[in-house]
Amino acid sequence: MSAARRLLIVGGIGLALLGMIYGVWYAVFAEHQELDGMSGSLTAGFRAAADRNAGAAQSALQQYREVKYAYDRHVDVHGHWIGLAMILMVLGIGLDRVGFSEQTKMLLSSGLVLGSFLFPLGVLLQTIRHGPAPQVAAVAGSALVIATLAGMTLGLALPQRND
Amino acid sequence: MTDIPSTTHAGKVDAARIAFAPMSARRLLVLGGIGLILLGMLLGDIFAVFVLHQNAAKVGESLSAAAHAAVAGNANAVAASFQSVGSFLENRGTKVDTHVHMIAFGYLALLLAILQPWVALREGTRKKLAGIFLFGAWLLPVGVFLIHYVGLAYSPLAAIGWASIFADFGGALVIVATLGYLLGMGRHLRERQHAVVEDGLLEDRSTAGRTLLAGGLALVLLGFLHGAYYAGADLYRHEALDYSLLWEMTVTAAAKNVQAVDKALGEYGRLGGEKAVNIAAHAHAIELGVLAMLLAFFQPYVRLRDAWKRRWAWVLLIGSLALPVFVLLELKLGLLAGGIADVGGLLVIIALLAMWIGIFRYTGEIDAVAAVQAAGGRG
Repeated sequence: MSAARRLLIVGGIGLALLGMIYGVWYAVFAEHQELDGMSGSLTAGFRAAADRNAGAAQSALQQYREVKYAYDRHVDVHGHWIGLAMILMVLGIGLDRVGFSEQTKMLLSSGLVLGSFLFPLGVLLQTIRHGPAPQVAAVAGSALVIATLAGMTLGLALPQRND
Repeated sequence: MTDIPSTTHAGKVDAARIAFAPMSARRLLVLGGIGLILLGMLLGDIFAVFVLHQNAAKVGESLSAAAHAAVAGNANAVAASFQSVGSFLENRGTKVDTHVHMIAFGYLALLLAILQPWVALREGTRKKLAGIFLFGAWLLPVGVFLIHYVGLAYSPLAAIGWASIFADFGGALVIVATLGYLLGMGRHLRERQHAVVEDGLLEDRSTAGRTLLAGGLALVLLGFLHGAYYAGADLYRHEALDYSLLWEMTVTAAAKNVQAVDKALGEYGRLGGEKAVNIAAHAHAIELGVLAMLLAFFQPYVRLRDAWKRRWAWVLLIGSLALPVFVLLELKLGLLAGGIADVGGLLVIIALLAMWIGIFRYTGEIDAVAAVQAAGGRG
């Protein structure tokens, strides 16, 4: 097994496990609380409007906004880690069919594994820290994924060296 | 429609038969995995046509009722309306989760099937792991589907019902089985001189396989490009709009301005539609691209003529492209685009079914050859 293929397959399985373990943790310890938080704050906001209490309505909706921000990202992290893990493994298995040198394939594989880990991690960190760093990590990760996927697509379209 | 394989290379045929023997881990995972994907897609179509759109309309009606109750100053009616919203959302969410998890576990099963030659465990252990994986992969979506109907009945926990507990147990089984296979792969990689894996699935360079692999990756790339565009151009705007429209609803409701409440409700509905089609287009392009790539590896097991394999590969790719593109166009073209997207989904299901039938023909063929050989050996 070539080093690039090993990196993609082992990295993919590791990422899938990470995504699934994260998903189970999220389902047991966070999801229900977040869903309750969203419905509770939304109800409180409209109840406050019915009571003509604008301040309480605003405060409840602000709480809803924060919980929903975290909820959307938590779900995205789970889906993206597992989805990217699948792509890593499939590409690892089919790497022989990419018509580049081993060195180029290793470069593309390293970028793809790094981007696949970094992009959802950046999204997850956005729920913990509001600042530019998590966003930069997410954008850099997704850019790496897109660039390396474009490279792999090109490699699959090229005539293969080992055919 | 059958291409009978050349039997000149008896060793290769035997290796293929051993790799795909009856009740072997690989056969269980391939047939179980494609079955999960097919059923997950069919359920997705059924939910989309009969449940999700009606459910979205009910959520909109309940939100409108809550806003109008706030206008009337009736706080109890507000709470009752939001209880309905919560129930409709849970109904919707569990059905989407059922669909998504069945398909995702089907993909994982196919992946694990391809990876079997690299798993350095006894066939009996690999078979047991396949059984555990498939049991968990069916238990989780069934449990998730039942969450809405079972609720907290007889549950020992305050917030989590039995259906949820069984769903989580199913997820844990999938993790255990995947971990088992990972350990097997780790053992294979640690072996100083691990045997070179010879697998017909990986050696295949047929046109159908290449078309599916390159087309699938191109679809994945398109999905990522669309996702990146959406995240950069619309995601934060949509999040801000979500909050500001809700805020507008409460402020205008407090001011008893029914017209402004209705305007905000209308805009909120449009925003929901815009978000839904963008996320669906992104997710479906990537998922269907991955499916095409996975199926590329199983083409040697699809016992159909090469011309038919190519045709089904193209049908799958055309359907996989049409579905996300026309989902995205639903906001501009309305029901027409929705109908074309559904036809795209149907094309994918038909092509997948054709390949599944081709794999069944292959299993029948190699089992028949094995039976003849066994009978000859006894004679």
